[in-house]
Amino acid sequence: MPEYQSYSYDVLVVGAGGAGLRAAIEAAGSGVSVGVVTKSLLGKAHTVMAEGGVAAAMANVDDRDSWKVHFADTMRGGQYLNNPRMAELHAKEAPDRVRELEAWGALFDRTEDGRILQRNFGGHKYPRLAHVGDRTGLEMIRTLQDHGIHQGMTVHMECTILTLLLDGGRIAGAFGYDRERGHFMLWKAKAVVLATGGIGRAFKISSNSWEYTGDGHALAYEAGAELLDMEFVQFHPTGMVWPPSVRGILVTEGVRGEGGVLKNSEGRRFMFDDIPDNYKGQTADNEAEGWRYTQGDKEARRPPELLTRDHVARCINREVKAGRGSPHGGVYLDIAWIKQHIPKSEEHIKKKLPSMYHQFKQLADIDITKVPMEVGPTTHYMMGGVRVDGDSQMSNVPGLFAAGECAAGLHGANRLGGNSLSDLLVFGKRAGQHAAEFARKNPAANVDDAQIDSAAKFALGPYNHGAAGESPYAIQYELQEKMQELVGIVRIESEMKQALEVVARLSEKSKRAGITGNRQYNNGWHTCMDLPNLMTISEAIARSAMFRQESRGAQFRDDFPEKSAEWAKYNLIVKKGPDGGMAVEKRPVIEVPAELKQVIEEQK
Amino acid sequence: MNATFQIWRGDASGGDFQNFTTEVSEGMVVLDAVHKIQAEQAPDLAVRWNCKAGKCGSCSAEINGMPRLMCMTRLNAIPMDKPVTVEPMHAFPLIKDLVTDVSWNYEVKKKIKKFKPRKPDAPDGTWRMQQADVDRVQEFRKCIECYLCQDVCHVLREHRKHDEFIGPRFFVYTAALEMHPLDTEDRLADLKGRDNIGYCNITTCCRQVCPEEITITENAIIPLKERVIDEYYDPLHRLFRIFRGKKD
Repeated sequence: MPEYQSYSYDVLVVGAGGAGLRAAIEAAGSGVSVGVVTKSLLGKAHTVMAEGGVAAAMANVDDRDSWKVHFADTMRGGQYLNNPRMAELHAKEAPDRVRELEAWGALFDRTEDGRILQRNFGGHKYPRLAHVGDRTGLEMIRTLQDHGIHQGMTVHMECTILTLLLDGGRIAGAFGYDRERGHFMLWKAKAVVLATGGIGRAFKISSNSWEYTGDGHALAYEAGAELLDMEFVQFHPTGMVWPPSVRGILVTEGVRGEGGVLKNSEGRRFMFDDIPDNYKGQTADNEAEGWRYTQGDKEARRPPELLTRDHVARCINREVKAGRGSPHGGVYLDIAWIKQHIPKSEEHIKKKLPSMYHQFKQLADIDITKVPMEVGPTTHYMMGGVRVDGDSQMSNVPGLFAAGECAAGLHGANRLGGNSLSDLLVFGKRAGQHAAEFARKNPAANVDDAQIDSAAKFALGPYNHGAAGESPYAIQYELQEKMQELVGIVRIESEMKQALEVVARLSEKSKRAGITGNRQYNNGWHTCMDLPNLMTISEAIARSAMFRQESRGAQFRDDFPEKSAEWAKYNLIVKKGPDGGMAVEKRPVIEVPAELKQVIEEQK
Repeated sequence: MNATFQIWRGDASGGDFQNFTTEVSEGMVVLDAVHKIQAEQAPDLAVRWNCKAGKCGSCSAEINGMPRLMCMTRLNAIPMDKPVTVEPMHAFPLIKDLVTDVSWNYEVKKKIKKFKPRKPDAPDGTWRMQQADVDRVQEFRKCIECYLCQDVCHVLREHRKHDEFIGPRFFVYTAALEMHPLDTEDRLADLKGRDNIGYCNITTCCRQVCPEEITITENAIIPLKERVIDEYYDPLHRLFRIFRGKKD
């Protein structure tokens, strides 16, 4: 048996971003013991990078907004593959979750009458995003962190989970290691909440931090949970494209919300050339109207730059491919032009978009108040994840819950900007509450020594292979290159077949990954441990994307460029097959109840 | 173009600078170079990082002796004709190579009295605040907790007063709470006593290294010092305190 330190909690939360912290706060507040495991230091999770805001129909800026409009916007954005119950709960509960943050110390930007200010964002009919300049995620995680540390939870910083432990069919805890010292750790738990975020590190051009290696997705899959919607990877339309070392870093949609426009090398606002039919009624057809919208004119319709992310990303891709791109392979995003309308526009931009100003100034030597930015699509968000019950967030594995980006259902085929931060809060809370309830109703489970043994043996493999083994970094880079090239924004069957071959080859190779040195803070070893998760989710993405023979939301198939009425009836499920291989199957979408159908109709 | 980096390798038991030469290209930051060295020459090199966009504050280190974020230090902003030194922060115990144990900061934060809002202003449980009133606190809340200000502060770095002094980061944190328009808690006694704000002699080193450009000294520490002085050293106040029966 390997040596390990042992802990025991009612509820173990894996991940300390917005969803994990909100879940932990809720569970701890209900009186159960709570442990939080986080791969990085507390307060560093990817939530800090969220910029634009948190979507909640508080109607502080436009009183025509309501949960019904938010619900309908979310369903439309997700192309109706969403779990309607989640979209409903999300729209109804988000305002309370945001106001609660204020009670815990968050300081959002204010309206003239002193309430929380809300801004425009893509796919949202009314100004709906509560925000703090362009650093809303930082405000949110700091608020949850500073509130959470007084709630009695125990935080295990810089620890990674290797495997979830099962007792019969139900969850029994998790086994992993402490990154700082390399010790093995056992966390027994009656319920586990996965809040591990996304998968962006499977791609080369990504806005995501190193942590996003699909751990929760892969851990759940290995434990027998079903994954849902894995073909839907969101490519954010605007990432930095230059210099090369910062390619992929996010440029917030808030730039467009504040009046920024997209132009090609000919100076044309190309977004006006391609407005999807289901958005024609609510999109401006001329530049003047678009500008009036960004300045709060309630009669005006929104500019086409604020169409959904999937669509804007594809339009940018098309411009670049047609040879109308910028020098470094992007297009132009211009906020400086607002000087035509706004006196002291430089100060205005710095006030509204301080991090963007800072980021471009420091990393690219560009002053965005004077010249346009160069931007292009970047891997940003995973709509797919653990299939959960809409109310409780429990997966099909008893005692295993998931919330936030690693869970699926709310966003369907495409997520609206701002709906992620609200997702974290609404479903983090629900997961925490129901995990605590599960822990209270169920006795402690037994952990299986054989499972611990085999996880530890796997973990030490790279040391046995030593310097003669394969470089984990090289394997990861190759996977990222290939996923970007073969399963990116534009997909085609032949390339995805190739991708599956690459993943299979690299999976084998990763079993021979080797590392030197000791177990203390060994980044090479950590990378070895991330590889199996990256392989699992890459395979799940490629298989699902190949299976869905249509283009919808974030999935664009060159060989099936149209939306199909037949495919509108199904979500895709990925699970471990009886033979141990990965199985993909169609599952009918959850039917929208009559009263919600009515809401969608009213908002059309 | 090739460049040489002198990177600190070692752990709590000791260590030394090691030279690495690697190819660098336009636009690279120090963290890119460290990653390249890690992938090609030193796979077990320990470096802590997360977002690589200056938003999480994980990759703090000392570059050519200056406390900085590795992800926001462009190579074209530092002299490349001689080796670039990269070493861990000095104010915290070393774990390995560029990674230090910053857990002390988390312990300090826990001791500071938490946010305590006044009763809601509106019947629906919400508050009203003017933008002008939240502006100054929003400046403090930009903090990404990189702890570079702690690293450069001589009270911690040279005098190792970690047991008696909370450092600039937590004066900023306390200031954000004390100046929060809704907060009703009183942290002045803690600032004067336990936290020893008096140890700070406003050399502004912390403000100068802050990657978020928070005006730590002038906007956070000095106003807190003034509040402590008003409360504890102003003769009239002292008189009131005697009447109120409050102890120092």
